[in-house]
Amino acid sequence: MRFALLIALGVTGAAAQSGPAAAERLVVSLSNHHVMITSSYTGVELVLFGSVERDAAATARRGPYDIVATITGPRESLRTRRKQRVLGIWVNTAARTFIDPPSYLAVLASRPLDAITSSENQRRLQLGIANTPFPELIHDDIGEVSNDPFRAALVRLMHERGLYSEEPNAVTFLTPTLFRAAIPLPAQVPTGNYDVDVKLFADGGLIAHTDSAFEIVKVGFEQFVVNAAREHGLLYGLATALMALATGWLASIAFRRD
Amino acid sequence: MILPVRCLAVESGDNKFNRVRPSGSLSVEIFLPIADLPVNIFLLFAMGIAVGFISGMFGIGGGFLMTPLLIFIGVQPAVAVASVTTHVAASSFSGAIAYWRRKAVDATLALTLLAGGVVGSAGGVGLFTWLRALDQLDLVIGLSYVVLLCVVGLLMVAESARAIIRSRQGKPVELRRPGSHTWFHGLPLKVRFKRSKIYVSAIPVLAIGFMIGFVGAIMGIGGGFLLVPMLIYLLRVPTATVIGTSMVLTFLTMASATVLHAVTNHLVDAVLALILMVGGVIGAQFGAHAGQRIRGEWLRLFLGLLVLSVGLRFAFALVLQPEDLYSIRLIEGPP
Repeated sequence: MRFALLIALGVTGAAAQSGPAAAERLVVSLSNHHVMITSSYTGVELVLFGSVERDAAATARRGPYDIVATITGPRESLRTRRKQRVLGIWVNTAARTFIDPPSYLAVLASRPLDAITSSENQRRLQLGIANTPFPELIHDDIGEVSNDPFRAALVRLMHERGLYSEEPNAVTFLTPTLFRAAIPLPAQVPTGNYDVDVKLFADGGLIAHTDSAFEIVKVGFEQFVVNAAREHGLLYGLATALMALATGWLASIAFRRD
Repeated sequence: MILPVRCLAVESGDNKFNRVRPSGSLSVEIFLPIADLPVNIFLLFAMGIAVGFISGMFGIGGGFLMTPLLIFIGVQPAVAVASVTTHVAASSFSGAIAYWRRKAVDATLALTLLAGGVVGSAGGVGLFTWLRALDQLDLVIGLSYVVLLCVVGLLMVAESARAIIRSRQGKPVELRRPGSHTWFHGLPLKVRFKRSKIYVSAIPVLAIGFMIGFVGAIMGIGGGFLLVPMLIYLLRVPTATVIGTSMVLTFLTMASATVLHAVTNHLVDAVLALILMVGGVIGAQFGAHAGQRIRGEWLRLFLGLLVLSVGLRFAFALVLQPEDLYSIRLIEGPP
């Protein structure tokens, strides 16, 4: 069944770009392009399928194929604060503003990144969380700060919430050319557009890459509430206040004792 | 307009509590849209009932208990404060109706207090917004709770303990009533509040209203437990009208604070507030019954101890080293 789906997709063709001087094509598809969050949402997994298509020009590879899939969520600016003890109590004393870091970042690979390609390649291709740029606001400028404890704290906190992850064994090859990976989406996952970037490596070099995307939307009542609160603050506030008064009034009637 | 911030992280110093996510055996999780958090609906409902029980028992709004409880289960302090204002609006409204029927509300006094209260709420919401931008909101919420709850708790415990000792010695239980005139009885703009049978300057009344509104908006409390003693001791409002009037003021300031919080910070979670208020009004009925069977000075002692322990709990959270010194906050729009 899945196989049939993959073949069909291979024919209709998700845009696949060939890497330099290679004859492999990468075809990927997601189990769902439209993830809906409802009130019962407690986290799901999205499945990424893909296949490596070789044509006649493909040369023999010495090693196996490797896949690195990077899933990037919508970008929003963040502030990371650090507490310090001041007069016996803990106070936020220092903070850094990060400009548009991804609100979700998952790096899924078939093997540890160091086993797939050289560290120089990883840096050049911005592979892995360690090589992902996190520009900071420095006074009025924007720049990268290396070895920044605030950046490390941001990555760690996002990881604790399940929003950042780097899984060296998340991509499984079902056959030498057919792979699948589960994209973990925790309950707190932000809504918006997600980019999926899949890179194919062989013998330590990048030979093909392709993109896909999916969208996470909140549907039903939640989204209605969020939209109302953000876009119609006054109406939302008045409606909430009225709801409170109606509840109080109903209670006073229901429990009336005189 | 000031509206660009929304928090993603729990901003509080009580990070260790964030991990105690409510996911009990009854796994009926509901997703709170503004708090951005899945929570067990029964846990919230039970919290509403428990706090409602206490508020019915003591004739208070219960915001000072509900806000900390929400923070302890992982709701961001800012959302907890904003949503509890809505919850308190509902519970105080049902109380206000009951007192209104018994003609135990001084409408003139309530409206004068409200005039100060609305200005105070607006000021409080303004300060709230500003402190969030400075990353100091949680600290100020925590410190306000420590100072206010510890002071009020100690005063209540001391006062009720004295009353209990006096009644043990066979002396009549009496609320201390110092000399009937204080300095502000000489202030101008005197107004006659007929139902309360008092004749005082409008200035201290407006000032009390302002303070209650201001503190309420920042801390997510109705301020009933502050207002009632102030009305009794400072303005000499008779006990017959004091609770009813305080309830009317509480629901008016909390309803306006709800609207102000919704407009400026978009942090009022209507789903959270609804679950809490339904639990709260039910619990309050049982609490009111229980409260009538306990003697006044013991009731005040228990309330004082409760207030004090919540205050100490906040003090510990500020003093103990947090598990994580770092926290993050999402910024919407341009940083």
